Amino acid sequence: MRELEYPFDSEYLLKKKRSIKKALLAETGPFMEKKIAVFGGSTTHDVIAMLELFLLNQGIRPRFYESEYGRFWQDAMFPEQKLLEFRPDLIYVHTSSRNIRRFPDYYHQMWQSIEEKFGCPVIQNNFELPFFRLMGNKEASDPGGRVYFITSLNQMFYDYARSHDHFYIQDILYLSASYGLERWSDPFYWHMYKYALCVPAIPALAFNLSNIIKSMFGKNRKALALDLDHTLWGGVVGDDGPEGLEMGPETSMGQVYGEFQSYLKELKRLGILLNVNSKNDMENALAGLNHPDCLLKPEDFIVIQANWENKDRNIREIARTLNILPESIVFVDDNPAERAIVRTQVPGVAVPEMERVERYIETIDRSGFFEVTAFSSDDRKRNEMYRDNVKRASLEAGFADYGEYLKSLEMKAVIRGFEPVLYDRITQLTNKSNQFNLTTMRCTRTEIVRMAEDEAFIDLYGRLADQFGDNGVVSVVIGQQQEDALHIRLWLMSCRVLKRGMEQAMMDELVRQCREKNIRHIFGYYYPTAKNNMVRNFYQEMGFEKVREDAGGNTLWRLSGLEGYQNKNQYIEVEA
Amino acid sequence: MTREEVLERLNEIFRDVFDDDGIEVCDSTTSADIEGWDSLEHINLVLAVEQEFDFKFEMGQVVSMKDVGEMVDIILEQTL
Repeated sequence: MRELEYPFDSEYLLKKKRSIKKALLAETGPFMEKKIAVFGGSTTHDVIAMLELFLLNQGIRPRFYESEYGRFWQDAMFPEQKLLEFRPDLIYVHTSSRNIRRFPDYYHQMWQSIEEKFGCPVIQNNFELPFFRLMGNKEASDPGGRVYFITSLNQMFYDYARSHDHFYIQDILYLSASYGLERWSDPFYWHMYKYALCVPAIPALAFNLSNIIKSMFGKNRKALALDLDHTLWGGVVGDDGPEGLEMGPETSMGQVYGEFQSYLKELKRLGILLNVNSKNDMENALAGLNHPDCLLKPEDFIVIQANWENKDRNIREIARTLNILPESIVFVDDNPAERAIVRTQVPGVAVPEMERVERYIETIDRSGFFEVTAFSSDDRKRNEMYRDNVKRASLEAGFADYGEYLKSLEMKAVIRGFEPVLYDRITQLTNKSNQFNLTTMRCTRTEIVRMAEDEAFIDLYGRLADQFGDNGVVSVVIGQQQEDALHIRLWLMSCRVLKRGMEQAMMDELVRQCREKNIRHIFGYYYPTAKNNMVRNFYQEMGFEKVREDAGGNTLWRLSGLEGYQNKNQYIEVEA
Repeated sequence: MTREEVLERLNEIFRDVFDDDGIEVCDSTTSADIEGWDSLEHINLVLAVEQEFDFKFEMGQVVSMKDVGEMVDIILEQTL
């Protein structure tokens, strides 16, 4: 919903929250359901109301537990039965400088208690600076100063975050500075309503929080589709020629485009896929990108769509080539008409309002599309991996026989039980794989660890490399043994290795392990969602028979006679 | 601005904030008369009024306001 995209009108959201919520529930969905406990050191009523709107808009339907006023510590240390039974997927600890009464130990104890009692991820906000300074500037450096104290306390929070997985800092020190500390800390709202921040700033806080949450649950964007003229450079390359474009250090306008380009180049280093969607002749587009002052070169992009097709078609083409959903793409264009056509024709694509070049960075940055929560080495390599995919596709076109093509890839896989260094990556995959995912079971890291350590589970990850590069971990299978049967709770695979025979290799290993454990039947489950239609008949293709199907299209499959199972993998060399 | 004009604009705000097109406020309306008007929602009402009439309430005013009539008095005073 446009009203909830950055930059939003906070007063409007606060005023109309009831009708906006109704509209979101009626118009959007399907939603991922999540339970969120909010432990507050101040009033959290509107924080929750606003967070709900932003999360609904991100495709997450939250259910909340809200601590009684100011009782964050009690809820963390001595939770009541009701709260334990709520079993939150996530806890948000919302405290502020107003809550600082005791020493830092107090926080350590609280976080440890949450870890023991709930075992779920925690988002803890750091502290905003105090709104007054007794000693003036000296407060910053004097160990007796409040400013110094809060700075040190925040540092201690960061140390904890660095050494604990699934503990995330919400940086309200930055948010409050960006908003304006004087307005943020307006004492009116504390004394009237016990809000630790001014109420008009709550939407900004909640939006920021919703970005962390959506990122944790695998809903980050992955790719940018960028216009060229007036977006990456000033001027129109087809009319002005590459020499007439404004970019680079010569002019003020050139510099501001240059800064935007370097921002995009940094995003690429974080694993965001850069693509071009431009109305231009390919030749002109490349001439612009090869301009000596252009920081982004043709090789920085995965897909370059420069033609005279409509931009919505080009976006779909980019999504198809990369094998990602429109929901993973951000379309960046200075032209409101192009934005409108993409917004209406390709629902799901994010289309930020790019109004003035000097605000391009701010608009993309504050929108939180690419909020980083977990950062794996696969993220860093993502650009290479997708580029390798495009190369594979062009190789495939040169082979008459698909099997020949697969052979030429010289694929090598590692298929093993879960290993601790991969827990994060495995968790990430369970939360973001939608298409090749039989049950869409989302897991927290804690659950992954538990299943990895439990003897009753067979857990497998698969890693695939070929002559073009390493694809990293691409498949995860989890089965639960009950007597002589194995129930497949989760089977997912990354779409970038579709039709490579990886699923067959995983199946072979699964059957091998089942035989070792004297398992005689394997049961597979398929639960349909809006996105996983491609695997509706997966178990049939794997040789299972259908046992039953209910009215909702959920199907149950069985594979028996494991003694006679013939390995299916033909093209991948597997290392156990 | 007349008292009636203020009341009319206030009425719109109440309808927006409490999402109820049936609301009709008058001078003697209090929080007891409107569903959902509790101390936590009061803040959203106050904010919406501030935005509509472009001024800021002082804490003392918010604390002492008893009914819609007193709110109208403050608005008239502030926006002279």
